[in-house]
Amino acid sequence: MGKTIAEKIFAAHLRDTPSPANVVLDIDVVLCHEITTPIAINDLVAKNLDRVFDPDKIKAVIDHVTPAKDSKTATQGLILRDWARRHNIKDFFDIGSNGVCHALFPEKGFIRPGYTVIMGDSHTCTHGAFGAFAAGVGTTDLEVGILKGVCSFREPKTMKVTIAGNLPDAVSAKDVILNIIKQISVNGATDMIMEFNGSVVEQMSMESRMTLCNMAIEAGATSGICMPDRVTAEYLWPFIQDSYATIDEATQDFKKWHSDSDATYAKELKIDISNLTPQVTYGYKPDEVKDIIEMEGTPVDQVYIGSCTNGRIEDLRQAARILANRKIAPTVRGILSPATPAVYSKAMEEGIIKIFMEAGFCVTNPTCGACLGMSNGVLAEGEVCASTTNRNFNGRMGKGGMVHLLSPLSAAAAAVAGYITDPGKYI
Amino acid sequence: MKNFSGQALFLDRNDINTDEIIPAKYLTENTKEALKPHILEDLHLEGFDAGKDIAGKNIIVTKSNFGCGSSREHAVWVFEVNNINVVIAESFARIFRQNMFNCGMLAIELPKDDIDTIFSLGKDTAIRVDLEQNLIMVENSQGEKKVIPFGLNPFDRELVLAGGWLQYADQKY
Repeated sequence: MGKTIAEKIFAAHLRDTPSPANVVLDIDVVLCHEITTPIAINDLVAKNLDRVFDPDKIKAVIDHVTPAKDSKTATQGLILRDWARRHNIKDFFDIGSNGVCHALFPEKGFIRPGYTVIMGDSHTCTHGAFGAFAAGVGTTDLEVGILKGVCSFREPKTMKVTIAGNLPDAVSAKDVILNIIKQISVNGATDMIMEFNGSVVEQMSMESRMTLCNMAIEAGATSGICMPDRVTAEYLWPFIQDSYATIDEATQDFKKWHSDSDATYAKELKIDISNLTPQVTYGYKPDEVKDIIEMEGTPVDQVYIGSCTNGRIEDLRQAARILANRKIAPTVRGILSPATPAVYSKAMEEGIIKIFMEAGFCVTNPTCGACLGMSNGVLAEGEVCASTTNRNFNGRMGKGGMVHLLSPLSAAAAAVAGYITDPGKYI
Repeated sequence: MKNFSGQALFLDRNDINTDEIIPAKYLTENTKEALKPHILEDLHLEGFDAGKDIAGKNIIVTKSNFGCGSSREHAVWVFEVNNINVVIAESFARIFRQNMFNCGMLAIELPKDDIDTIFSLGKDTAIRVDLEQNLIMVENSQGEKKVIPFGLNPFDRELVLAGGWLQYADQKY
């Protein structure tokens, strides 16, 4: 019987089967940030277990609140920084080199096909775009990951999502995933891995695949995952060129992870996106999604472009298509947070930062920023934000605030118009 | 092992997320105790008053997809420091459920009919979880009783008995 990619990765990393339905896997990469890791570090220290299983397999970043905004966040940074130093964790990213974890770590080539990845952050599912099994976990799982290099999971069940058709011009990966979540609901994929297949996914860049996988958690999924292919090999080439003679050879090797044609799936969803229009959320759950034309004219006070969903160079290029030679509405506060220093530099080189600034945007340093209302860009009671982030929970960006999730293109259109509108009108 | 009995706190809604259980602004705290007063502070539930309704309650009974959203274990710890060690729901989000067992606490899934039965007993209801017999004993202030069987994955049970995943993993791996 054939296996899914997730089953192949699980089999290759199996450490233990503590009960018939549970497995304990060896973990290739444990990722850490300053919100969920310091409390894990403190607990390990208190229990006299201040060790790491392998400093080269642990990567850490300060990204949620950076630069620190107060004594408490400064202390979180301090705890992570000291810990990285005393355990010789070389891949630690602090001010000057830091950025949003789920954009930064892939950029550094840390995530490879067939890997197992955990992090104390629910959007760790993003890294499944590389054909890895990547799951968000809590602090105790993180502690055990740091200490022992293992994590427990239930046997993987997979939902096969096949995306066919041709992506219309004003429609992006964000619209596709919002539409999928609308169809299957916020717990439509709970305890499952969402495996994204089909011609549309094959043609997507790594950035777009990361956007797709990023929001798998919003449907309850353990992870999203894509088949590693030539696009993956090209993205990773600077990091894998010592292991393979050519990109073709790497592409060929990656096929060992692909799901078999006779693999068994717990659920299947087939969609054709040829007639999909831009999507936007209207409520406080990520499955409360409408076609953008149904929300036409909804005024916005703030537009936020950034985050682990849509803060990458491709996203900034999309938004710049609309913002070039235009000004944002005087009633709108525009905020751009490029996800990483590399994205920021590239956007400078390409003149994109200039376009944003001339349009009237404020450009922040790379950080998680407004997305979870922890540092900058917090909304006041009753304010509305059109945001390229991934969560519209009530109060997420500030108590009493409303967040409408949409694509970078739709966010840029909202900034210019001052209200939610069809981005197709501007391109 | 923790305490698995006490008064029920009914949260009659699906999809209660971890931002509602403990808002992100408290994630800068580095101790569990500091979270204590902020339990369910941002819960959006009609008639619910976090300041009045939680005191003296030890077991949460709720609907589907409880604990969705952020992976923050703070959502489990804020229950733990308020002496709430059991959540009984129609279903859970995966990470929240795992975090509960990882802390040696109980996330019990019951069919919708059983959840409705517990809700029907009214606000003033006591619950005792019998881990040996896999039974939930429910009794309201009028003396009405129900006994409801539940299933528990053997590994999850081991985590509860061990006092959590760190204790279990430190010994075994």
